[in-house]
Amino acid sequence: MNYIDIIKNGIVKENPTFVLMLGMCPTLATTTSAMNGMSMGLATMAVLICTNFVISCLKNVTPDKVRIPVFIVVIAAFVTILQMFIKAYLPDIDASLGLFIPLIVVNCIILGRAEAFAAKQSPVASLFDGIGIGLGFTLGLTLLGICRELLGSGSIFGFTLLPETYNILLFVLPPGAFITLGFLVAIVNKLKA
Amino acid sequence: MKKLESSLKNMVLVLTGVAVIMGAILALVNNMTSGPIEAQKEKALADGIKAVMVCDDLVVAKKEEVKQNDAKGKEMTFTIYQTKDAQGKDLGAAVESTTGGFGGDLKVLVGFDIEGNILGYTILEHAETPGLGAKADKWFQKDGKGNIIGKSPKEPLTVSKDGGQVDAITASTITSRAFLLAVNNAYKAYMAAPAE
Repeated sequence: MNYIDIIKNGIVKENPTFVLMLGMCPTLATTTSAMNGMSMGLATMAVLICTNFVISCLKNVTPDKVRIPVFIVVIAAFVTILQMFIKAYLPDIDASLGLFIPLIVVNCIILGRAEAFAAKQSPVASLFDGIGIGLGFTLGLTLLGICRELLGSGSIFGFTLLPETYNILLFVLPPGAFITLGFLVAIVNKLKA
Repeated sequence: MKKLESSLKNMVLVLTGVAVIMGAILALVNNMTSGPIEAQKEKALADGIKAVMVCDDLVVAKKEEVKQNDAKGKEMTFTIYQTKDAQGKDLGAAVESTTGGFGGDLKVLVGFDIEGNILGYTILEHAETPGLGAKADKWFQKDGKGNIIGKSPKEPLTVSKDGGQVDAITASTITSRAFLLAVNNAYKAYMAAPAE
């Protein structure tokens, strides 16, 4: 499998949001706006690339029985590093996503990819898998955020497109996340069929 | 290279090793970022004070902490920043006040003039729902729907649902109540503080 294929695999064939259905908690909770969705996707991608690479490097020195604790220590360290950097240099993102950044530790995409891919493949291939799955996740969250922001607040990335009378509050609320996700998954499946 | 065997010795060594290395990296990054994080917080506070006092050219003359008991007897801490303009004239004070919002602590900074009228406010920290309660940063401003600028919380401000004058944020009454309570508390703390 060459590297382009690995990236394509993460975005299309194994898209974490629309196909694998992993990481649903941040997917549903943070996509109230396109910007929030995209920031969350990019933050997760940054963590995923680092953890996939490091875990793949460590795979031969990790005894099988303690592999999950080792993975979690690595993941938690990288998430904390990311959180510190966001707090220090991107205060706006920290204000809107602050609560959800530490929760990346328990995002099942990250542990899932560590277990399913990085623990078996070479470090470089794992790096590309991180990029691919990360891009797929970012794409899914941004799309979901765009739909919800447009329907719920009448804007995209903060630019107002629809007057306030057409806003459907439901789409900003949690049920709107489920409804939008359901429709998007249906559309993606239809397009792929 | 063959995978390391799962013997007790190997497991303890590897897990300890990974934890120590990751701990060291974290300590290093913490060391690197703690300065900028502090600076970021201070800048946010300084900008906030300027914004709520509606004055770009001011000095914080005095910072004091006031403790007061709320209606339930719980002790609350307010930070009052007495401000003066460049000529040394009293502008009033910016008061930092915290209440429990919908999703967690809601920390607001409210600017009062000398008579206790609201000059401006900004939200320093919140954990309200994005798209709903989080709208509080604009909702109560001058051009927002629940404008409180220029009002005085001498009579405590309340939302219209509770018989008050202020329109609550759509579908976020709890956040609105918490916000107004924070403003009212800030006013009480400011009035109780010894004037200069």
